Amino acid sequence: MWLIKLAWKNLWRNRSRTYITTSAVAFATVVSILARSLQAGIFDNLVNNIVSSYTGHIQVHLKGYNDEQVLDNSMKRSSRLEQDLRAIPGVVAVTARLESFSLVSSGEKTKGCMVIGIIPQKEKAITLFDKKISAGRYLADGSNEVLMGKELSERMASQVGDTVILIGQGYHGSTAAGKYRVGGVMKLGSPQLNSRLMVMTLPASQELFSADSMITSYIISLEEGADLNKTSSEVHHLAGPAYEVLTWEEIMPEIKQHIESDARNMSVIQWILYILVSFGIFSTLLIMMVERRFESGMLVAIGMSKPRLQLLVMLESMITVMMGSLAGMMISIPVVTYLSRNPIRLSGESAEAYQRFGFEPIFPTSTDPGIFLVQGSIVFVIGIVLSLYPVYVVAKLNPVNAMKK
Amino acid sequence: MNQTVIDAHNISKVYNPKTIPVYAVNNVHLHLVKGEFTALVGPSGSGKTTLLNLIGGLDRPDSGNIFINGTDITSLSSSQLVKFRLKNIGFVFQSYNLIPVLTARENAEFIMLLQGMTKSERDARIEQLFRQVGLEGLDKRRPSGLSGGQQQRVAVARALATKPQFILADEPTANLDSKSASNLLDVMYKLNQEENMTFIFSTHDQRVIERAKRVITLVDGRIVSDTAEVNVTEAHKADG
Repeated sequence: MWLIKLAWKNLWRNRSRTYITTSAVAFATVVSILARSLQAGIFDNLVNNIVSSYTGHIQVHLKGYNDEQVLDNSMKRSSRLEQDLRAIPGVVAVTARLESFSLVSSGEKTKGCMVIGIIPQKEKAITLFDKKISAGRYLADGSNEVLMGKELSERMASQVGDTVILIGQGYHGSTAAGKYRVGGVMKLGSPQLNSRLMVMTLPASQELFSADSMITSYIISLEEGADLNKTSSEVHHLAGPAYEVLTWEEIMPEIKQHIESDARNMSVIQWILYILVSFGIFSTLLIMMVERRFESGMLVAIGMSKPRLQLLVMLESMITVMMGSLAGMMISIPVVTYLSRNPIRLSGESAEAYQRFGFEPIFPTSTDPGIFLVQGSIVFVIGIVLSLYPVYVVAKLNPVNAMKK
Repeated sequence: MNQTVIDAHNISKVYNPKTIPVYAVNNVHLHLVKGEFTALVGPSGSGKTTLLNLIGGLDRPDSGNIFINGTDITSLSSSQLVKFRLKNIGFVFQSYNLIPVLTARENAEFIMLLQGMTKSERDARIEQLFRQVGLEGLDKRRPSGLSGGQQQRVAVARALATKPQFILADEPTANLDSKSASNLLDVMYKLNQEENMTFIFSTHDQRVIERAKRVITLVDGRIVSDTAEVNVTEAHKADG
């Protein structure tokens, strides 16, 4: 205990140096936390945008559907399975869809499109189709209208109130044909969806494709912070071997790769930051050891054992770095919280690029407490590792040489 | 019979042994008994400090043995030497070397903490020591709030704190004005007289030399005179 007291007193023998070191560590912690929380926030936002634009977090299909996305690989809708899926911890919503392809025709124009049948009210809890309506209205349960992607409607020159004809192949080779009124136009983020997507109610799609009670997928949405892979395993366990369970990462591996690649780039920047912090702390330790060389020699001469002296200098470093990293964590909390509630908003061309893909042009921060703890701990560990240098100097200390002036 | 405290046989310390050897201490024999008040004198570079470092276990001789209270300190490991110093040897340095962030009391107490003494033992010892060195009422002051003489008396209190076998003082009065030096010498002399504490000084200071009971003169690492031997010789002559 007295050693801790002495270490604390030693810290204040040169107040300016202690303040500078602590501030440097605190600053590094703030920057490190801010960089990491911004990165996590941007990725979370990206994932939320993607998940809420179409895929959901997890999809359940009949085994083989993902490789061959045809109606013959559809499955019978089971209310029981839906309920069981909904009961898995972390799952906030489950809905069913029937997806297929068809030709859409209006006047003299014909184009291939992707037709999906949804349960409008349940779909609202997962995707944001209802928020993407740029003209007309969202689907009501039991409605026989369709929603078209904006680009698709423009290419077909179809507007709200117009009629379009869908012709294609139905379940088990039957012919699918139907006439539908355009109820709304959606401005979707993904250019691919915008130019191809046609949405109708699930019963309407089942009727169109002669696929009574059939669906192609269950779409599952998870609560924030839920473990994707763990929940996916639970879903897989519940659904059984007849089904395939895919996470959004498996459905869209390119997005996952993009996130991983960005994360790698960001980690390089963070390592540079850590190196800068290390130099800052190390230079202080160097000065401290030079200044106290004589005193260290004297302490060993009068009978302080080297391990005790090593513990003393290590305690001094630990206290300094701990104060800095704690201060950094405390300072970061309001900054990160503010940026989470008032995200950095892009403007100009960058903002337009984001908006073109249906993403809100914002950079929010993540307030995940783990980020504060991990980044604070990393800076703390750097300090501890560097404090091994004074420990080494003490180990090599020769009291006679140290006390020579 | 007087108890032997230091017994050094044929000790030598050579610097640059492979190039141009410089004998800092050259084949020195030294025998000190309890209660001596000894001054090591000699010109700069004569080997006074090196000899003190060797006797104090801070440095190792290249040859010879040093026995402190019967223990051959030249055979101890570095960590054993640190423990040995803590228990048996008190040090007073030229430039006081107090820990600036600690009060006078804490500086003296520091070495007792290293020894693991209890608070009540420490309190009793500190009170006694501060009375002995004349520092009553100054125990809460930091070194920066004390004069040079007062700081050196704190250093003496620290050196005495663990009741060592002897105290090694390297030029203890060198940085003091004459009044402070005289006061310090009074304190040390009194401790020597009343407590039979053994002191060995390296010094150039004539005042210290005059107060010393025994004066050993070193030149080029060799003892060229030792008043103890003179006294013994004179006693022999008187006997004869």
